[in-house]
Amino acid sequence: MLNALWLIPAAPFAGFVVNGLFGKRAGKSFVSAVAILGSLLAAIFGTVAVFQYHALYPHGERYVDLVYNWFSSGNVGADVAFQLDPLSVVMLLVVTWVGFLIHVYSVGYMHDDTGYFRYFAYLNLFLSEMLILVLGSSYLVMFVGWEGVGLCSYLLIGFYYKTDYAPAAGTKAFVLNRIGDFGFLIAMFLMFAYFGSVDFARVSQLAAGGGVEPWLLTAICLLLFLGATGKSAQIPLYVWLPDAMAGPTPVSALIHAATMVTAGVYMVARSNVLYRLAPDAMMVVAVIGGATALFAATIALRQWDIKKVLAYSTISQLGFMFIGVGVGAFSAGVFHLVTHAFFKACLFLGSGSVIHAMSGEQDMRSMGGLKTKIPHTYRTFAIATYAIAGLPLASGFFSKDEILASAWATPYFPTVGKIVWALGTIAAFCTAFYMYRLLYLTFDGKFRGTHEQEHHLHESPSSMVVPLWILAILAIFGGLLGLPEIFHAPNFIGSWLAGAVPEIPGAHHLIEIPAGSEWTVMIVSTLIALAGWWVARSMYKDKQLDTDRAIEQRVPGLARAVENKWYVDEFYGATVVGPLKQLSIFFWRIVDGIIDGIAAMLGYIVAGIGDLLRFFQTGNVRNYALMLFAGVVVFIWIFT
Amino acid sequence: MIPTTWFLILGAILFSIGVCGVLTRRNGITIFMSIELMVNAVNLTFLAYARQFNQLHGLIFVFFIMAIAAAEAAVGLAIFISLFHHRETIDVDEANLMHW
Repeated sequence: MLNALWLIPAAPFAGFVVNGLFGKRAGKSFVSAVAILGSLLAAIFGTVAVFQYHALYPHGERYVDLVYNWFSSGNVGADVAFQLDPLSVVMLLVVTWVGFLIHVYSVGYMHDDTGYFRYFAYLNLFLSEMLILVLGSSYLVMFVGWEGVGLCSYLLIGFYYKTDYAPAAGTKAFVLNRIGDFGFLIAMFLMFAYFGSVDFARVSQLAAGGGVEPWLLTAICLLLFLGATGKSAQIPLYVWLPDAMAGPTPVSALIHAATMVTAGVYMVARSNVLYRLAPDAMMVVAVIGGATALFAATIALRQWDIKKVLAYSTISQLGFMFIGVGVGAFSAGVFHLVTHAFFKACLFLGSGSVIHAMSGEQDMRSMGGLKTKIPHTYRTFAIATYAIAGLPLASGFFSKDEILASAWATPYFPTVGKIVWALGTIAAFCTAFYMYRLLYLTFDGKFRGTHEQEHHLHESPSSMVVPLWILAILAIFGGLLGLPEIFHAPNFIGSWLAGAVPEIPGAHHLIEIPAGSEWTVMIVSTLIALAGWWVARSMYKDKQLDTDRAIEQRVPGLARAVENKWYVDEFYGATVVGPLKQLSIFFWRIVDGIIDGIAAMLGYIVAGIGDLLRFFQTGNVRNYALMLFAGVVVFIWIFT
Repeated sequence: MIPTTWFLILGAILFSIGVCGVLTRRNGITIFMSIELMVNAVNLTFLAYARQFNQLHGLIFVFFIMAIAAAEAAVGLAIFISLFHHRETIDVDEANLMHW
């Protein structure tokens, strides 16, 4: 398997080709069989490759499988090559297995959809591109996958293309991602210009070798991070992710929660050598991450759409991951990425199951009291909520705690680290609060929907419930992968990822968290999470919507501002989109008018000359022959 | 031996007759025959020079020209047959669709 790593992305790609070409005529069972086989094969190939890799390279060295030389010109070049190292191993396992579970879930969820084959073809294509992204051995190959997942995201957000909001949401996602991609591209050009290579190891080696000007590293890191803010929905480019909920719910789970949006975190962790040599850039990453974590969490406090709450929650959790990689705790960031993939996929799939039961209703004001109606969904949802809220001993507790403790103890920028820690801790409170608000409003109290919806309530089929349970179990026990040092237990993920964070001269290595501050931070976060849960419980468990109404009466301005997402979309509309539109209209009406005028004038000149010359076109063969001979005579006369 | 000049004069006369035929005749077949006349006038010139310089080049050219003239005749006749199908005539003045 190791010498054919390309087979891993190729398997779902084959599924995409088969379903894309023949899926329309084939039956639904054929389509789902092909799609699931594609994702399962990728998962099996990936797992086999991981075991072989671990047997051969137990210390986490880098293994590269060269497919072919893409181009090489002078001392600039790039290969098409895939690699395995501890970081890509973690991503590979998460992407393939969570992807597989969501494929299975989709069979039940999309059962009545007319675009069945299209959906699964896109989903397989997405998986393939995502695997190229995580397995690529250079920024360029990564960028191929990066753009590929962006395309699939666009296609799947706009999946319900007959509505008017879904295609617009897809376009929004695509355009904002393009802004980020611009940064990624410029960063790659800088690498080509100054290092002559975009291979991960080569770039790291040259950067760590010394003699590189600091501004160059800072510029590369900031530009890469601009790409990450687009793909991973951070301030200022996060606004596309809430709109992306227009796509089918399993897509939100797979692409917009578990895998694609974490690509930015993966990329920063992958570039950890560059970032550690440019602490200023790291500080930007950490501060943006902390600000996003808090900002998105406040918006989630007062949303009614069940998927919108989860979308803002995803943005907020991605902010936590960026705090992790920004303060230098790369393994903590990736650990949170993994646990988040588990519990957020579970939450999204659970919300999909709720929406399925509610016959398409997404507004929590019409829900309530679903606890007894859909018990499996309720239990898994409650487990995942427990995990994301950071309540003790579940997966989110350990990963979030490690991030916050690292922010507290970061050696790169101690003062700013404390501020980031404070931002993260407040965001953690909000997280516990809005997640339990969601849980209580949806599952407790009385049913508030129509009579028809109530009649139709039903638990989802087992193809949806089984993935939910698997993910819920992972959400609970996923934390065991990375127990903190003070528990005197092995931290699997930390020691595993240590191989991906090499020691370099002139930069800090792993963050040493003193046991005292670890305990303090852990107790503070536990109390904070419990407080969030307790406040939400006292406000929403029994009173349900009355609380929200009371808040609206007491502070109407604030309530409306939060409900309208702090008017960020309106702000962007007024400052960026509106002027751009005006500029476009200017170009269209005025500049295009001038250019078109010139072009049209040339056309009129040609037409005028043609009007004169057409009198030679008599249509009489003998006239033409005469002209021909006359021409020959003239030529001969000239040449002799 | 007949001097080369005589051949050239004969070729020129034949060529001129061909040109006049092409320019003045309206019947497609006649125009065609005139073109053949021109082609053969050129052939004659080639042969005359080939004989004078005792070289093969001219002969090879003539072979090619004859082959092309045959192909041209085949295509041209097909065109006139098709024209006759549509117009019941092969008067080239009648075929003036390209007229402005």
